[in-house]
Amino acid sequence: MSNIYLQDISRGIIKENPVFRLVLGMCPTLAITALFRNGLGMGLSAAAVLICSNVVISSLRRFIPDRVRIPCYIVVIATFVTIIDMILKAFQPALYEALGVFIPLIVVNCIILGRAEAFAGKKPVLRSLFDGIGIGIGFTLSLVILSAVREIIGSGTILQETPYVAHVFGTAFEPMAVIAQPAGAFIVLGLLLALANVIFKRLNVN
Amino acid sequence: MEKLLSIIFIYILVDNFVLQRFFGICPFLGVSRKMETAMGMSMAVVFVMALATLVTWLFYTHVLVPLRLEYLQIVAFILVIASLVQLVETVLRKISPTLYQGLGIFLPLITTNCAVLAVALLAVQNEFTLVEAVVFGIAASIGFSIALIIMAGIRERLELAKVPGALQGTAVTLITAGILSLAFMGFRGMLSL
Repeated sequence: MSNIYLQDISRGIIKENPVFRLVLGMCPTLAITALFRNGLGMGLSAAAVLICSNVVISSLRRFIPDRVRIPCYIVVIATFVTIIDMILKAFQPALYEALGVFIPLIVVNCIILGRAEAFAGKKPVLRSLFDGIGIGIGFTLSLVILSAVREIIGSGTILQETPYVAHVFGTAFEPMAVIAQPAGAFIVLGLLLALANVIFKRLNVN
Repeated sequence: MEKLLSIIFIYILVDNFVLQRFFGICPFLGVSRKMETAMGMSMAVVFVMALATLVTWLFYTHVLVPLRLEYLQIVAFILVIASLVQLVETVLRKISPTLYQGLGIFLPLITTNCAVLAVALLAVQNEFTLVEAVVFGIAASIGFSIALIIMAGIRERLELAKVPGALQGTAVTLITAGILSLAFMGFRGMLSL
């Protein structure tokens, strides 16, 4: 009984990891991962929207007519994005400023609409909740890994913009600034994806 | 006039929507495998983006602002864009079946293209006038098209190259995009609004 829920969670983290396996939701993944704090903030915001929208869409699945389901899903998702947008603006103004237009753009994040279409629109509420949690963790984890690598190499620090900022290689270290630039985002993600391919192949995940 | 020209230059080259701002990465990776589809997608995006900025700008200034409903911006814009795309598809099918055959399959994909929503949101955020907003939409979509078409050209060549096993697929495409983005960094700081 609980086994199936555990499966729903773990599937989102490894087997169907949205970034490293399905290559979805690339825009925020590339855009806001120059700093660890932004990556974590974005991951958690998207995860919150995903979990809420999964639950609501799944509980409404019997009432949503099949032909207009996509617009219905988008309205539900957009509502939660507006809520997150307001919450961040009120309580985390610095993070809100840093993420900028990418918060409203969570609406068109293909991961969330993809889960609504592939999972929440068909499966019971509780399973959709756990699916949302799993995919949410998978997405947050991917962003955290990518942003940690980019911040350490690109700025030489970790946890910048928070009270816990640390210089990883000491203050004399000259960082590779290009890694923090847009070009670096593409290259680092490409290399991490290659690494993930090798690891998944070793682990025989299909 | 000067501002319009700088908007055009900035959003095509300096602040390229795909390579510098990361809007519309999904179609950039998804439909850049063949030159032909890249061209079709580009055309559809230019068309929809110009129209979407026009409609969302008018909707924001003449409906949301007078009613003090600015906080509904996200929900309203995505609905306007989705219905606009649907409308364009229906009209195109009736009026010009040949054009529909070329663009048709790309149109539904555009609804969830974040570049379109981004252009609508940024036009309002930057407080552009109507003309500036439409020019911004066209310039941004041309920037998107340039990136997409260059990428398609490179990927057609890459098909023939021998790529190491782990890098095959998206990984090598991303690294190629990174090098392309490095090239576009050369325009950095040339002009700003």
